[in-house]
Amino acid sequence: MSANKDTIGKTITVTVLLCVVCSVIVSAAAVLLKPIQVANKELDRKSNILAAANIDYAGQDVIKLFDERIKTKIVDMETGKYTDAVDAATYDANKAAKDPALSVKLERSTDIASIKRQAKYMPVYMVEKDGQLEKVVLPVHGYGLWSTLYGFLALEGDLNTVIGLGFYAHAETPGLGGEVDNPKWKALWPGKKVYPEGSTEPKLGLIKGTAIPGAPGAEHQIDGLAGATLTSIGVTNLVQFWMGENGYATFLANLKAGEV
Amino acid sequence: MSASKEVLLNPVGRNNPIALQILGVCSALAVTSNLNTAMVMTLAVIAVTAFSNLFVSIIRNHIPSNIRIICQMTIIASLVIVVDQILKAYAYDVSKQLSVFVGLIITNCIVMGRAEAFAMQNPPGISFMDGIGNGLGYGAVLIFVAFFRELFGSGSLFGIEILPLVNNGGWYQANGMMLLPPSAFFLIGAFIWILRTWDKSQVEKPDFELAKNTKKEAA
Repeated sequence: MSANKDTIGKTITVTVLLCVVCSVIVSAAAVLLKPIQVANKELDRKSNILAAANIDYAGQDVIKLFDERIKTKIVDMETGKYTDAVDAATYDANKAAKDPALSVKLERSTDIASIKRQAKYMPVYMVEKDGQLEKVVLPVHGYGLWSTLYGFLALEGDLNTVIGLGFYAHAETPGLGGEVDNPKWKALWPGKKVYPEGSTEPKLGLIKGTAIPGAPGAEHQIDGLAGATLTSIGVTNLVQFWMGENGYATFLANLKAGEV
Repeated sequence: MSASKEVLLNPVGRNNPIALQILGVCSALAVTSNLNTAMVMTLAVIAVTAFSNLFVSIIRNHIPSNIRIICQMTIIASLVIVVDQILKAYAYDVSKQLSVFVGLIITNCIVMGRAEAFAMQNPPGISFMDGIGNGLGYGAVLIFVAFFRELFGSGSLFGIEILPLVNNGGWYQANGMMLLPPSAFFLIGAFIWILRTWDKSQVEKPDFELAKNTKKEAA
């Protein structure tokens, strides 16, 4: 047998058989495991949103809790109003940002978060209590030092006070820029204000060193990350971009006026 | 020692794929910043080397020799995709951390090195053992490196705090370099040093020797 295994016929037979068997195995694995993988992604996304809204989900059914507490709405970024153009349950803003039909190219001068393209529609997550808006969770992303940071910024019902900022995906340097995940640093965010009184120009951002409580403007200042200047600048830029006029500022103004 | 036991245990110590054969160092740098990912990566590599050795060995008499590398790659690549899919389904958090490195097992020289060097000449049973042994050898180094990197870089083991960090109000100032890939070079170097002190037969002969009475400065 081994004497004639190098013939052309044998070579082609072995190649074809091997490829068929391997492709069957690979497709079977992909198809059979797909539902579990989709459920995992969904669970991950929903628990991130709950965490951003500061809703404790430990030991609870995340999907059920999410459906009970959080309403997903789609916002048209240009008009700042709700839209039904896409289905809120299946819409993926990160995918849409890469699709020319569903996104707009940003001018270099306005693209301070270095995201290049922005989705036309963004999902927002509303937490209501007794019919009153309690919290709103806004997806944000922007470039740090090595990677794009993806996260959620949660605001109180006054649409100005921060509940928290959390990132669910980034690849910043562990120990330096990676400290954006440090609970101690994240604890600096709650209570800060995005906009100064009567303005729609976001002021919230990281500063070099430590913000001194009581100093003028301290309610817009977060301690910078030591040893991670570029990640700190990236976080400031992404907050200011998404809270600015190209971000959610129009939507938040509409929401405040009750015209969404 | 019986043959299968020897095939299984030899690669862990005396014939370690990373320490002696210096294979698969690239991924050893990337996935060792904490023990959790190192453990999962070890399991993934053991599964892939063992089964790729098994399947390559089963069809070794049918693989035409001029396309044998491609055949091995097809088997390895399929196995890696299956492992990646399983991780995404059952260990989602870890698979997020490992990201591309699971896919890169395909290019891990250990897997293909063993398929080509061992499985092509040996029957399936012993090839399977050889795969597990080499996966374990790779894993031993990974876990050794990850142990020190996580302990000194993050002050924890398996995510459980051992040395309280200054950042969190403790006393230990984390060694930032331990979290970066280059630190694994030093640790793998130290591992090889320890191994060769214990097993002198691994020490390579010098390529040349200085002639007698030569001053060091002149060399």
